[in-house]
Amino acid sequence: MQRQPAVEVVGLVKRYGAKTAVDRLDLTVGEGTVTAVLGPNGAGKTTTVETCEGYRRPDGGSVRILGLDPVADNAALRPRIGVMLQSGGVYPGARAEEMLRHTARLHAQPVDVDLLIERLGLESCGRTTYRRLSGGQQQRLALAMAVVGRPELLFLDEPTAGLDPQARHATWDLVRELRSDGATIVLTTHFMDEAEELADDVSVIDRGRVIARGTPEELCRGGAENTLRFSGRPGLDLASLLKALPADTAAAEITPGSYRIEGKVNPQLLATVTSWCAQHGVMPDRLAVERRTLEDVFLELTGRELRG
Amino acid sequence: MRATGTFAPRPGAAPLPRMIRAQTALETRMLLRNGEQLLLTIVIPSMLLVLFSAVAIVDTGGGERVDFLAPGLLALAVMSTAFTGQAIATGFERRYGVLKRLGASPLPRWALMTAKTGSVLVTEALQVALLTVIALALGWSPHGNPLAVLLLIVLGTAAFSGLGLLMAGTLRAEATLAAANLVFVLLLLAGGVIVPLDRFPEGVRSFLELLPISALSDGLREVLQHGAGMPWGDVGVLALWSVVGLAAAARFFRWE
Repeated sequence: MQRQPAVEVVGLVKRYGAKTAVDRLDLTVGEGTVTAVLGPNGAGKTTTVETCEGYRRPDGGSVRILGLDPVADNAALRPRIGVMLQSGGVYPGARAEEMLRHTARLHAQPVDVDLLIERLGLESCGRTTYRRLSGGQQQRLALAMAVVGRPELLFLDEPTAGLDPQARHATWDLVRELRSDGATIVLTTHFMDEAEELADDVSVIDRGRVIARGTPEELCRGGAENTLRFSGRPGLDLASLLKALPADTAAAEITPGSYRIEGKVNPQLLATVTSWCAQHGVMPDRLAVERRTLEDVFLELTGRELRG
Repeated sequence: MRATGTFAPRPGAAPLPRMIRAQTALETRMLLRNGEQLLLTIVIPSMLLVLFSAVAIVDTGGGERVDFLAPGLLALAVMSTAFTGQAIATGFERRYGVLKRLGASPLPRWALMTAKTGSVLVTEALQVALLTVIALALGWSPHGNPLAVLLLIVLGTAAFSGLGLLMAGTLRAEATLAAANLVFVLLLLAGGVIVPLDRFPEGVRSFLELLPISALSDGLREVLQHGAGMPWGDVGVLALWSVVGLAAAARFFRWE
């Protein structure tokens, strides 16, 4: 029997006044997977996630979370999900450890609080009140509060925004462990590397719609238009190089001494280029095969900067 | 077979009584840890009781000044916690997303409101104990039926909670802060707390008597100073404010 998806959003529409924040959006999240919802600020990521969490009533379409309606079945759903809001959510005067212990007390079988504090590097600020925590510490506390109740499904809204590299990697490790222990995770991000590192599935959204979805590999592979770069002496005879390469390959000297070859980059092409260089007495310095990143994919799809 | 990892899903809400107890304890700790709240709920009522009892600043009519003042400051204590303190705290909890985040936790909303009421009642018990000790030290001799006092305080708490939550759930946090403090000062002066209402002109006075603070201070005074039975008029005014305030709060309160 096919198991039902953890999240099933079909044709979701959400308007704020005259503005359509989410426009016929579809999102399916398989049980036990990590799905990244990737998009620039204002794309509709938070609105989508908050509709799944039951905070917003859809203006159109349907939303099923763990088979339940997030608004009508809210009471049954809340104990089963873990929520990390984009910001806030803690009493300004509450101490970090106090708030985490309190959140644990609202659940039947919480994770060991001390372990979670250690895992997220919050030992040094357990007695510090929320308002005195750094932005990164506040983020990690919010993540810990989402995790502590041992939810089946987690919604993490920009979990690593404002984190330093160590804290970011600690967060990534935790997400990976949650996944391998059987939880389902939906996270929003505008960091490409985060989606590539963590996600089984990526939905790229812009202006309230999904404009691409797939595994990170699928999205990056798209068209196999890859790039090879190398440096050498300026003014190489590229016409002679192109004669040796397949017909649909392009070559250009971007800046003097810096070359770019675009086409189907495979071992044959690489061998052809290096042997051509050997024949011409050129040392191909800084030779590199470039793979498309999600960032390239996004720019191609939208023509816009992701961080816009 | 169940997964066995550290984070293997084992979802579920804690039993309701445990959640409500934990939430009440947390809300009470937040309140008692907050300097401004302590000033409002503990320092100001105690200071006013001592100051106005010791020095004849206001003519409180015949008898010991403390016999007039103690019931008024008990009424002020109830207002400071149930209305002013609760409005400001809840307003900022709404602004900082605390209410929103709790809305995604297993704690039902009604249980959160129950916990808030519990923490208000715990604080009031501390206030009443402290003010009683101070007043007795100043020579206070209370009369009347303790059950009538309890009923007045419970109704006053309900009325002020409704109005405070209405304010916290509809205005911006800064506006709630300003308005709640302003109302506190105005009602302190014009609600029969330290200034007898018969100092005001007749027309103004009959309006002021309908305020919840006046009904509470007058009712407590009737019982504690004059040893009257149940002051039904004041009880009625407070009951009406409770119904109107709580209904309006339930209708208009916005969680985000």
